[in-house]
Amino acid sequence: MLTSFISVLYDGFAYGMLLFVLSVGLSVTLGMMNFVNLAHCAFAMLGGYVTVTMINHLGWPFLATLPIAFLAAAVASVLLERTLYRSLYGRSDLDHCLLTIGIVFVSVAGAAYIFGTLQQPIQVPSWLRGTWVVGNLTFGVYRAFLIVVGLALAAALIVSLEYTRFGATVRAAVDNQRMARGLGIDVDRVFMLTFALGSGLAGLGGALAIEIVGLDHSFALHYLIYVLIVVSVGGMGSIWGSFVAAVVLGVSDMAGKYWLPQLGSFLIYLVMVGILMWRPLGLFGKR
Amino acid sequence: MNDAATVLSASGVNKSFGSLVVANNIEFNLPTGQRHALIGPNGAGKTTFINLLTGMLQPDSGAIRLAGEDITNTPPAVRVKRGLVRTFQINTLFPQLTPIEAVTMAVCERRGEATTWWRGLSHYHEAIAEADQILTSLRLDKVATRTTRELAYGQQRLLEIALALATKPKVLLLDEPAAGVPKDESEDLFEVIAGLSSDLSILFIEHDMDIVFRFASHIIVLVSGAILVQGPPAEIAANPLVREVYLGKGRHGHAHS
Amino acid sequence: MAEAAPRGMTDWIASRARWRIGEIVFWLACLLPLLPAQYLPSFLQPFWIFDRYLQLLSQIAITALFAISLDLILGYAGVVSLGHAAFFGLGAYAAGLISKFWFTDPLLGLLCSALLAGALGYISSFVILRFHGLALIMITLGLGQLLAEAANSASWLTGGADALQGIRAGKIFGVFEFDIYGQTAYIYALVVTFLVFLVARRITNSPFGMSIRGIRDNSRRMLAIGAPNQQHLRRVFTIAAAMAGVAGALLTQTTQTCSLETLNFQRSADVLVILILGGVGRLYGAMAGAIIYMIARDIFSDVNPQYWYFWIGLLLIAVVRYMPDGLLGGLSFLGSKLRRS
Ligand SMILES: Nc1ncnc2c1ncn2[C@@H]1O[C@H](COP(=O)(O)OP(=O)(O)OP(=O)(O)O)[C@@H](O)[C@H]1O
Ligand SMILES: [Mg+2]
Repeated sequence: MLTSFISVLYDGFAYGMLLFVLSVGLSVTLGMMNFVNLAHCAFAMLGGYVTVTMINHLGWPFLATLPIAFLAAAVASVLLERTLYRSLYGRSDLDHCLLTIGIVFVSVAGAAYIFGTLQQPIQVPSWLRGTWVVGNLTFGVYRAFLIVVGLALAAALIVSLEYTRFGATVRAAVDNQRMARGLGIDVDRVFMLTFALGSGLAGLGGALAIEIVGLDHSFALHYLIYVLIVVSVGGMGSIWGSFVAAVVLGVSDMAGKYWLPQLGSFLIYLVMVGILMWRPLGLFGKR
Repeated sequence: MNDAATVLSASGVNKSFGSLVVANNIEFNLPTGQRHALIGPNGAGKTTFINLLTGMLQPDSGAIRLAGEDITNTPPAVRVKRGLVRTFQINTLFPQLTPIEAVTMAVCERRGEATTWWRGLSHYHEAIAEADQILTSLRLDKVATRTTRELAYGQQRLLEIALALATKPKVLLLDEPAAGVPKDESEDLFEVIAGLSSDLSILFIEHDMDIVFRFASHIIVLVSGAILVQGPPAEIAANPLVREVYLGKGRHGHAHS
Repeated sequence: MAEAAPRGMTDWIASRARWRIGEIVFWLACLLPLLPAQYLPSFLQPFWIFDRYLQLLSQIAITALFAISLDLILGYAGVVSLGHAAFFGLGAYAAGLISKFWFTDPLLGLLCSALLAGALGYISSFVILRFHGLALIMITLGLGQLLAEAANSASWLTGGADALQGIRAGKIFGVFEFDIYGQTAYIYALVVTFLVFLVARRITNSPFGMSIRGIRDNSRRMLAIGAPNQQHLRRVFTIAAAMAGVAGALLTQTTQTCSLETLNFQRSADVLVILILGGVGRLYGAMAGAIIYMIARDIFSDVNPQYWYFWIGLLLIAVVRYMPDGLLGGLSFLGSKLRRS
């Protein structure tokens, strides 16, 4: 019992870190611009495919592809923001959802066209592949890697948001966009940078996810729901909220799969509906 | 002031947004059938006061009474049913409905007919006739079948009032009814307001002092959430404090609203 | 104004609710497929040889009905839902289970399904209507998924992933049997859809319809004229849920199958897409969307099922970007331009 408890906790936490990296960008940009970007996971998928291609066709090492995955997603997101999203600011949530779900559909079909519909295999370095055995517990090394990356990113994000100048402008823009504009902050530029950063993180998350959950053309749609749950449960615009929500979701999903497999995803939806009913704005949401 | 004739009153009302005090121990009485004006510089808390009276905001302390009854904890929609109705400084209309539809709907809401979904609106002859009459009295009959979104700005300001009248108010709170309307038109608009039934008690907010002096029987000056002075127009015009905080620097500062 | 001002306001309001020629033609045209092929225009005849065309048409009618029910809450009342399939699926399973364990009369089954779905709509509205924006989207999605997962787990009742077995088909009015060509099914689906459409149409022209449009346009102002917003919204939500339940029950009864697909997220998303493509807040938009979507899917998924969503995606982007009122809205805009010039 204790062993299974610890491994559920370990795997769930690692999974939570993955969800955190995937979703934190969406939370911050949503909090700032109120733009519901359902295509967030399409950027994650792009990052995943970049990594797959670079490893399998160009022979790059896994770690070296991660920054490229980040960059590719960041650049793609800025291009889309410039061409499509911008014209829709100020329209309803529903319009945002529909435009961006359209992008998801296109990207899913595009991925199926280019890469086929099979799971993409990748080779991570051998030092990331093994497991550690402690007593009768086994810990996957890759999951430890995920936890380290996730924690480091969370710490970096929270610290830079609290203590850097750029962080201060981001916080101001999230708290009160009009006031921030009044203070002379170029909110549009801040938003673009944040958007690029957030999408880049999603791209990184997509690349990191392959080893754990695999990658196929439906990634953009499938993980969208998880990411949205993290954002709404954590509260829009809150990094700390996304972190907590991602961990809660990761662990409860793992626990559900381990102990109550017949319930499927029932548990995570129950957790989400329960939390939202208790706190409609999410755990740490202000608006 | 005679208490029996007071239709709406506020006593000791306080409200703060964080450290910003927007209502500071306000004592207010509106006698039946009177037209009072609420004036004060931008950000004085005038709109906030209307929000407090109508229940859209809850006061931190103090009591609000309508026709002698305490309504401090009554929900906004119920206050409307009891005859306390407001208009908005910034147009708060139904962009996709036509004026006749919107006003008929408001009349139906008042008459308790708005839950009927099995009968066409065109069968509600009385409601439609009443709406038509309200729109005509506000000179909106010519545009009654156009979509609200397409109306001229001044017409939309009138529709603000039409919607309020459809609820058959006892007390009407007008938040800058002529905001953004050119001067000559805003005088017309106040002529229309002055012509409303004399049973109706009105509190209006307005920045143009000529209009305030012409149409109000009593003026309340609000500064930083507190009532500075109040009294009949002549008294207010002569008051040195008012000249200093409001009239002196006033006129150009208010053009935006 | 372009046209002369109508004499009385009552006349004008009545004219808004009057049946237009186009509407009558449209509904009469829905009867055409029932004619024997030789009476049809020759260019249509090739389609008639597919023996499944009537089934497709029944599906279109059912989808249109489902989209109309969503239009009432989204297009008229302004409440977004990504879990509308919950009511459709409940109706579908209710109809199936009733016929299996209880009685087979289709109309009575339809009524019971509607009542059940309406009851679920009423209960869930107390939760759902407290939310706005993203949280509203997530809560509707979450509740819909909860029901879908529950149906999946309760395989002793629903058959789980194997779909519901043992659905029985009774005769309509005890007389008309469902035939293998789907002729009875189509007439049945069409008539029910038409009747529910009549109800929806009446609602949108009623004082209540005006009030929910008011809430959509400006809920703050509705409060300021003393309207009971929550009560109105609960009412329309309940009605729409019951209608979605009717649509689901129709699907079960006309196909004699009922699977988890009636409940899943895909169905909620599809009906939303259908409604948006056709145009919200005009009832016929829901129908136009259903017709276009279902026919296009039928054609494209034969050619290349994989890429169907590519075109839907592009279409969505284009509609949201350039045609905020949907295809029908775009058409009527063009029409009014042409008429004016
Ligand atoms: N919901 C709110 N939260 C925080 N501050 C608010 C809120 N509403 C109003 N304020 C502030 O309270 C003060 C009073 O606002 P209010 O709108 O009542 O002023 P006003 O007298 O109507 O001004 P104006 O003439 O510009 O209409 C302003 O400083 C405003 O910024
Ligand atoms: Mg104001």
